[in-house]
Amino acid sequence: MIEFDRVSVTYDGAAEPAVRDVSFTVPEGELALVIGRTGSGKSTLLRTINGLVPHFTGGTLAGRVLVNGRDTREYRPRDLADVVGFVGQDPLTGFVTDTVEDELAYSMESLGTPPDVMRRRVEETLDLLGLADVRDRALTSLSGGQRQRTAIGAALTSHPAVLVLDEPTSALDPQAAEEVLAALQRLVHDLGVTVVLAEHRLERVVQYADRVIEVPGGVGLVTTGLPADQMVTAPVAPPVVELGRLAGWSPLPLSVRDARRSAGALRTQLTGAVPLRRTVTFGVELARCSDLVVGYGSVTALRGVSTSIRAGEIVALMGRNGAGKSTLLNALVGIVPPRSGTVTASGADPRRTRPARLVQAVGLVPQEPADLLYAATVADECAGADADFKVAAGTCRALLARLAPDVADELHPRDLSEGQRLCLALAVVLCGAPPLLLLDEPTRGLDYGAKRRLVEILRELAAAGHAVLLSTHDVEMVAEVATRVMVLADGELVSDGETATVVAGSPAFAPQVAKILAPLPFLTVGEVATALERAS
Amino acid sequence: MRAVHRLTLPRALHPGAWWLWALGMAVAASRTRNPVLLLMILAVTGFVVAARRTDAPWANSYAAFLKLGLVVIGVRVVLQALLSTRSQGPTVLFTLPQLALPDWAAGVKLGGEVSAEAVVTALYDGGQLAVMLCCIGAANALASPRRLLKSLPGALYEMGVACVVALTFAPQLVTDARRIRAARRLRGRTRGSFRTTAMPVLEGALDRSVELAAAMDSRGYGRTAQVPRRQRRITGLCVLLGLLGILLGVYALLTDAMSFPFALLTLAIGLLLAVSALAIGRQRVTRTRYRPDPWALPEWLVVAAGAVAAAVMVVAAVRGVHGLLLAGPLVVPPVPVLPVLGVLVGLAPALAAPPQGRRVAA
Repeated sequence: MIEFDRVSVTYDGAAEPAVRDVSFTVPEGELALVIGRTGSGKSTLLRTINGLVPHFTGGTLAGRVLVNGRDTREYRPRDLADVVGFVGQDPLTGFVTDTVEDELAYSMESLGTPPDVMRRRVEETLDLLGLADVRDRALTSLSGGQRQRTAIGAALTSHPAVLVLDEPTSALDPQAAEEVLAALQRLVHDLGVTVVLAEHRLERVVQYADRVIEVPGGVGLVTTGLPADQMVTAPVAPPVVELGRLAGWSPLPLSVRDARRSAGALRTQLTGAVPLRRTVTFGVELARCSDLVVGYGSVTALRGVSTSIRAGEIVALMGRNGAGKSTLLNALVGIVPPRSGTVTASGADPRRTRPARLVQAVGLVPQEPADLLYAATVADECAGADADFKVAAGTCRALLARLAPDVADELHPRDLSEGQRLCLALAVVLCGAPPLLLLDEPTRGLDYGAKRRLVEILRELAAAGHAVLLSTHDVEMVAEVATRVMVLADGELVSDGETATVVAGSPAFAPQVAKILAPLPFLTVGEVATALERAS
Repeated sequence: MRAVHRLTLPRALHPGAWWLWALGMAVAASRTRNPVLLLMILAVTGFVVAARRTDAPWANSYAAFLKLGLVVIGVRVVLQALLSTRSQGPTVLFTLPQLALPDWAAGVKLGGEVSAEAVVTALYDGGQLAVMLCCIGAANALASPRRLLKSLPGALYEMGVACVVALTFAPQLVTDARRIRAARRLRGRTRGSFRTTAMPVLEGALDRSVELAAAMDSRGYGRTAQVPRRQRRITGLCVLLGLLGILLGVYALLTDAMSFPFALLTLAIGLLLAVSALAIGRQRVTRTRYRPDPWALPEWLVVAAGAVAAAVMVVAAVRGVHGLLLAGPLVVPPVPVLPVLGVLVGLAPALAAPPQGRRVAA
């Protein structure tokens, strides 16, 4: 169905090709998963499938891409629209109309599908993706999972043979991600659609893949293979695979279910062992909200939240999209005013503190990291951050080099990949080393390597007496780094306690290792490895 | 009778019908300065909006236009009070301190005596403009502007999409600017510069539009049938000439610049050229339309209601029916029977338009 024949893509003005000498075939009806590090060229590869590269982006394409027998050199994206459905990273930016039903019909209208066929397909797609209840709703009023499903539906209604998705679950909470993946499963199994998707959260998708395409970036060559084979050596791997590698299971399990069946021996071996966890030395209280109520217009985002965070803690804030996580973080830096109740950050009222002083008390990396970046090059941005936070020149650049080693100085921040841009924003805020550090979804678009480096930095900061509060959907990251978890639902704090107690009990928030080794109290592969070492 | 012709079947009325009705009401308002009639037109449009609006985001625009109208009246009255002279009427309400102006501004007076006649005239003039604004507000509240653009003829489709995209981007820019201003606090900066506010907003907008363009391209936007270049050029020329003809014709009709038959002829030729250009342009378009809004009996009734209201007032104005214009600012406004009845016909859509069932947020 999709055939890449010695394909290389070089963007205008770039010295190195973004994708080099790629050859592979995806047969009809397969779900192919594209993996690779942040900025390795996954998006470029996906965009060559429907001809956006090079027709839309410019650049030079060498070699040949055949989709359903059509050569993308001769067909523009709009001429391939009946064969390839494309869903971009942020569904909201790709919406052309304003309601769900109109959006579903849009591609068919462009293709000139007869009205009666359109009508039927829209109804079918509404049912297929479970969107019938929201058919008349405005697209902006949908939840994250509904938006993503609408975007998928909109690509599907023209009955393309191939569906291409760029990180469909990266911005979604675990439940919404399940919804989207279940819908994709149905498409592959029931309708025989060929699906190609790129994803960083391998723990969510690798079990559904029929084929893995690994994009190493740099000079390495793209390799493809069966998931179980490919995962043995892949540099990016979900916890279930890492546990499998550690325990030496063969074939390598890809799903929690398979792993649990192989895990009997490991469980017996680990019985009685207690995971070694970092003990938190609590310091002074750095953040406090009491009975905090925040609202926008007629919507109440937080209803009476009371909590306190002390130095040395790393607190994870979890909950559905729209549960009030970002609002709580914004209230702590004084971006949104409380309707009632009080907020203090490092002992100061964030609404009454001048910004220049406030940044020495609390730092926030917002959900849209680009909001923090003003300069035209990465080097200027780092220099500006050093000046803003009054630290020694070069501090920011050094932090960035640690988080994302291969970011060039002269690039424009907007030309970075989403993950790299986040690293830059993180470096900017971290270089002030505020006592209270707030991170709004810091793992969106980050690969496992970048996440690991972020975890190290956060742990160092906590050990040095900082407090960290991060909102995230990434349960593996939470298990790895958080000492305490707070769960928000509908603006209220529904649970607040030690990570192991909050996370292990919940089917949605439990990390893979906890699911595999239940009822043993292990959360991460690292904990298992240490326990095994101590036992031997 | 087909279901779409029923007045009781809940559905969204064709947005074009709402706009035509609202324009009819606005024309009616433009023919009178009688406050009784103006208030009646306001009440009629307000009642129809209250009876038939949805709870969609744009449905609140009637209130917004009403506020704008009040501002218009306020500005007009205040300016008139400042500039009023004895010549407008002898009844002095109160006296403001008068500003001494240099000789070259001898004709102008700032402050001083304020006559009741000047203020009341300003009130009525401003009121007329405000009521016309409210008619436009009613159309905005009842019909989504996007849906109206969707009903454009096929040849104008691309222009319509550009407008729709602009409609989405404008509010998005405001949200972005607010978010970026908030983020500036996080860098410890108090004052913003062009570099730190406008640039990120513009860059963000540019990024988004590139993303949107990519999405539209991959979804088949711009697939057209092959048409020879010469034919495309001729179509373009026809549109231009047609619009020019319409412009000249309307101008001539309104100002007596040309003789009546000649003006009418120009207008007719212009219309013909434009319509045929659109018809030829349609050949290029291969797209189809999903669930187009039907044009059935309720649409005809709504448009007719607006047309009757407008026609009664226009005819009454031409015939010089007593009561459309006041004899003087301070007389008690009369209540002319025929125009009142005409305006009341404009109430019909409150019953003739089907109740809004679809497109209501769940």
